[in-house]
Amino acid sequence: MHSDFVISQSDGRPMYLQIMEQVKQRVAVGEWAPGEEIPSIRQLAMALRVSVITVKRAYLELEREGVILTQQGKGSIVAPNSELGPRLYDEQFRERLEQAARLGTLLGLSGEEIARRVQDAAQRLNGGRFTKETV
Amino acid sequence: MNDLSVLFEGVSKKYPHFSLEDIHLELPTGSIMGFIGANGAGKSTTIRILMGLVHQDAGQVRVLGHSMPADQTAAKLDIGFVSEDLRLYGAATLDWHMGFMQPIYPRWDQRYAESLLRRFDLKPKQTIRGLSHGQRVKAALLLALARCPRLLVLDEPTTGLDPVARQEVLEELMAVLADEERTILFSSHNTLDVEQISDRITFIDRGRIIDSDDKEVFLDRWRRLRLVLPPEVDLPRLPGIVQVGGSGRLPVLTTNTFGPAMVAACAQMGATVQAVDTMTLEEIFVANVHSRREGQPA
Repeated sequence: MHSDFVISQSDGRPMYLQIMEQVKQRVAVGEWAPGEEIPSIRQLAMALRVSVITVKRAYLELEREGVILTQQGKGSIVAPNSELGPRLYDEQFRERLEQAARLGTLLGLSGEEIARRVQDAAQRLNGGRFTKETV
Repeated sequence: MNDLSVLFEGVSKKYPHFSLEDIHLELPTGSIMGFIGANGAGKSTTIRILMGLVHQDAGQVRVLGHSMPADQTAAKLDIGFVSEDLRLYGAATLDWHMGFMQPIYPRWDQRYAESLLRRFDLKPKQTIRGLSHGQRVKAALLLALARCPRLLVLDEPTTGLDPVARQEVLEELMAVLADEERTILFSSHNTLDVEQISDRITFIDRGRIIDSDDKEVFLDRWRRLRLVLPPEVDLPRLPGIVQVGGSGRLPVLTTNTFGPAMVAACAQMGATVQAVDTMTLEEIFVANVHSRREGQPA
């Protein structure tokens, strides 16, 4: 069920962030459905061979973000909130935009230029879809 | 209920050329602590005091509720100890050792012992003398694990193991912690192993504990900041910076109390913060040792 999590020591990001990201992905694609029970902190720690405190940290942050609910002594479930999938994508979108903006600023691009490039990218993508549909 | 499996309070021990000074240690039940130090830092001495093998000159040591070294006989029934000088009989087989331990320890689990034989790929009929170093370490671990002790104390358990054996050992240690009543203390200078599986981390250097905290706290608070200074601006002293490296206009700061305020303070003095890097446990350990040693006589 969860042995397909991949935690990398050379990833550069802390392990708890990697765990959070992979839980969110599972929730976003619906593999873990709202209300469904997920592995306990200890179970996941055993399976990933990472310390309990690292998984605990990831679960605490996930709970703070409203992705999961943890009940003392009862384990954790995916938050019963049907809007979760779209919200997680939205969050990812915001993060990537910030990343793009940072890179753009490093390159010396103005705000307008960055916006124009994002617009171009969206148009290219939509254009591609449009031709596909007409073919 | 006592929720500390190990407690050291103001423990010291003097030798002619080395002394352990004012050691405080707390290990909560159900967790795993990595004990990190250079060679000769005092790891093994601390562990030997914990086991009652060496008597402290001063201070209190409590292990699983027993006062050490006075109650060591009672305590040892519940402690599994594996050290570098693995005390196994070279002429006897692993099978013989298993048969020897079984009647001594009431919690000995023969089925678990047999499953460990398979997982560690050990042959019970082989004499200890005929085993490689790695096999010998795994044999000693098997004997300690199958007793199902409430506390496992492992002095350098992964030293000299090949990568496959190391992962097998780490996996078994994690499996032990599925039981919330069981606790592990292991010393290592392999910080990667410690970083992977420890809940708490303690650094020891020159006979003193220099830092001890939750692993996540360590990884959160230590950061390296790479700055670009405008010309003719000197780097002012900032609180919480333990090391300054890099070059004049491109300083690299190491902090053990990172927070957003630090980035703001750098920006205020006109510096551009190029990057804020997380640090590995190894980098944190080395920076910690260097910063504590500065201004201290060797």
